[in-house]
Amino acid sequence: MISGLDQRARIALLMIAPAVLLVLLLYIVPLLRILSLSFTEAPGGFANYEQLFTSPAIGRVIGTTLRICVVTTLVTLILSYLMACALTLVSERMRPVMLACILLPLWLSVLIRAFAWVTVLRSNGVLNSALLASGLIDSPIPLVRNELGVIIGMIHYMLPFGILPLYASMRTIDMRVLHAARSLGADGLTVFRRVFFPLTIPGLLSAFILIFVFSLGFYITPAILGGGRVLMIAEYISVQVHETLEWGIATMLATVLLLSVFAVIFTVGRFADWESIVGKGDE
Amino acid sequence: MDAAAGPPRASRLVIITFGWLGVVFLLAPLIVVFPVSLTPERYLSMPADGISFQHYAKLLSDPRWSQSILTSLWIAILTTIAATALGTLCAIGLWRLNARITQYLRVLLFAPLIIPPIVHALAFYRTWIDLNWLDTITGVVIAHTILCIPLVLITVSTSLSGFDRRIEQAARSLGASNWTVLRRVIAPNIMPGIFAGAAFSFVTSWDEVISVIFLTSRAVVTLPIVIWNSLSERVDPAVAAVSAAMILVTMAVVALRLAASSRKI
Repeated sequence: MISGLDQRARIALLMIAPAVLLVLLLYIVPLLRILSLSFTEAPGGFANYEQLFTSPAIGRVIGTTLRICVVTTLVTLILSYLMACALTLVSERMRPVMLACILLPLWLSVLIRAFAWVTVLRSNGVLNSALLASGLIDSPIPLVRNELGVIIGMIHYMLPFGILPLYASMRTIDMRVLHAARSLGADGLTVFRRVFFPLTIPGLLSAFILIFVFSLGFYITPAILGGGRVLMIAEYISVQVHETLEWGIATMLATVLLLSVFAVIFTVGRFADWESIVGKGDE
Repeated sequence: MDAAAGPPRASRLVIITFGWLGVVFLLAPLIVVFPVSLTPERYLSMPADGISFQHYAKLLSDPRWSQSILTSLWIAILTTIAATALGTLCAIGLWRLNARITQYLRVLLFAPLIIPPIVHALAFYRTWIDLNWLDTITGVVIAHTILCIPLVLITVSTSLSGFDRRIEQAARSLGASNWTVLRRVIAPNIMPGIFAGAAFSFVTSWDEVISVIFLTSRAVVTLPIVIWNSLSERVDPAVAAVSAAMILVTMAVVALRLAASSRKI
């Protein structure tokens, strides 16, 4: 087959080969192996999957994960939408500054961001101290080592991932369409509801996918801000491997997590604007 | 957005104000790290009487911190070189091949972006046991390289999509060899993409925790692992110092980027 290709194609294949082989042999094959372990590891068959419905601990973990994911995704989407709008409305001169402020956390370690929230939220942290000193509260409010802390940290982490695709899709909207709606007598709210908002839906969907999929498998932030009290699926998997050595349960949950991620991407992904995520370099 | 098409002045003001409040939410917790890092106490606190740089000194003097910083740097450098080289070659190859199969190959190579980190950490761990790569620099670098290839692929492919194929054809018709075309025509044109991919790879490898938690124990200790451990034990103010230092470096790089891009305009 190779000999049938022209020289140009053969060189191209040679250029692709190292990366593809590396990913195939040391990533895809190990992944498939992990997934198959969920069936072969004792007790075998679908027995590991039965735990999904019978184990109260696993039920709780999945409940916590879904609850936190839904709240995080909803709040992040609303905040990102408003912030992406603000980015399009802000003056030419201020826009790069606002964009840089939004991008800065994106470049920072997830550990450092979680740690920063610990210093702010813990019972003798900055926020509680300020509230106590101002006399608004008598005893510190528990803001961290609970679901509230995890959700705050996750929203903070996800926000740039929501803003960027939304801003990318808002920027491509042709302003003349809005002008046209205006000149045909639509008021501001109608222009937003009937023209602007529908045009941003693909961007909104890609933001949704990014945030929801990241949240589902999130490990570091929930582990640090939950302080061991809020177990999400990723941390639970890690505990199964590191502490109880339950490879069957761990790989079963990994498979379920992976399938859930694919399900979200395939159902929502068809309507999303992938180029706003991956970028097309059209600037 | 020009004034006439956008929302009325009042709601515009409300939205922009909201935008800046959002920026405060994004940056405020990071700024808090700075005063905390200057505390003279040995526990996490705001400096009450006087400030001290002892926690910064600790980063350099305490081998647990200094050694891990060097290890992380070394791993990130090796990963950046490997991922940038493999990713760039692959992106050019895919761009040249331009066949139907390249679509599937792209999906395959992008898998690490979509698959939850805990799942691939588990996969690496199980396979690295058999390959005897656990707790070695090689093992970590190979895992990180796989995770970083898609980032290089995205940035280089983006650069290539803006590159006119006819320029390559022109060079070829003038008798340039494959290697010359690659080196003298394609590479200079996609440099921004290559640099961006390298930068993403460096930061990703430098920060990566989840796979490293699984793949290392005693011999290889990266900075994120030290931070991770000291966060789960008693929180050491040295974490605030290292955080403050990393935030400063990041801010400097973002500011430089901003200055460079505004000069271009």
